[in-house]
Amino acid sequence: MAVTVSIPTILRTHTGGEKTVEAKGGTVGEVIDDLESRHSGIAGRLLTNGSLHRFVNIYVDDEDIRFAGGLQAPVGENSNVTILPAVAGG
Amino acid sequence: MLVIRADLVDEIVAHARRDHPDEACGVIAGPEGSDRPERFIPMVNSARSPTFYEFDSGDLLRLYRDMDSRDEVPVVIYHSHTATEAYPSRTDISYASEPEAHYVLVSTREADSHEFRSFRIVDGVVTEEDVDVVESYMFAHTGADDVPERD
Repeated sequence: MAVTVSIPTILRTHTGGEKTVEAKGGTVGEVIDDLESRHSGIAGRLLTNGSLHRFVNIYVDDEDIRFAGGLQAPVGENSNVTILPAVAGG
Repeated sequence: MLVIRADLVDEIVAHARRDHPDEACGVIAGPEGSDRPERFIPMVNSARSPTFYEFDSGDLLRLYRDMDSRDEVPVVIYHSHTATEAYPSRTDISYASEPEAHYVLVSTREADSHEFRSFRIVDGVVTEEDVDVVESYMFAHTGADDVPERD
């Protein structure tokens, strides 16, 4: 089961410049673990103490995981996972 | 340096005035690799606050999908400061995550004048850059090499 993950510009240093990569996992947390095993350092850019960093949005099939179970959000076969940095400031 | 058309500057300033005293925010998209801001996309500040701005997460996803389908990138990411100078705040710096974007700040603290400034924000380091406002990109000089030498 392969999930397609869209990588934002700022994290492409971890994926050799690739905009999309494949990963495995039944939840967003598992997908991040799998990404980390192939693209070392990426998990640290997404998580703080095991929770999703507040500067990062992750979507599974267009749904923001903050409203869908967070890191436990289920990822189906052939799902698309999109990572986008929040655009925000003061 | 940010080279930007005058009509796009006017759009940004008008948006900032319209939403004052809340912060206004948006993007000017342009072709990937061009560094040329072309398509003005005002965004809703989902925080509706005079001291914070944030693109709604659903709007953000639609924006990036739309830009991807057009081979565009966010050349300019703009927002307003409504009571302070047009300089990135600590919060702006901590959130900044488009190292290739020009971060434009407009201050609307004065009713009859505005500040319009542009910055690069890379790895937490802010660098101000010059802003060259042009009528059209067709005639804008992109470098000294464009200007023929005269004897």
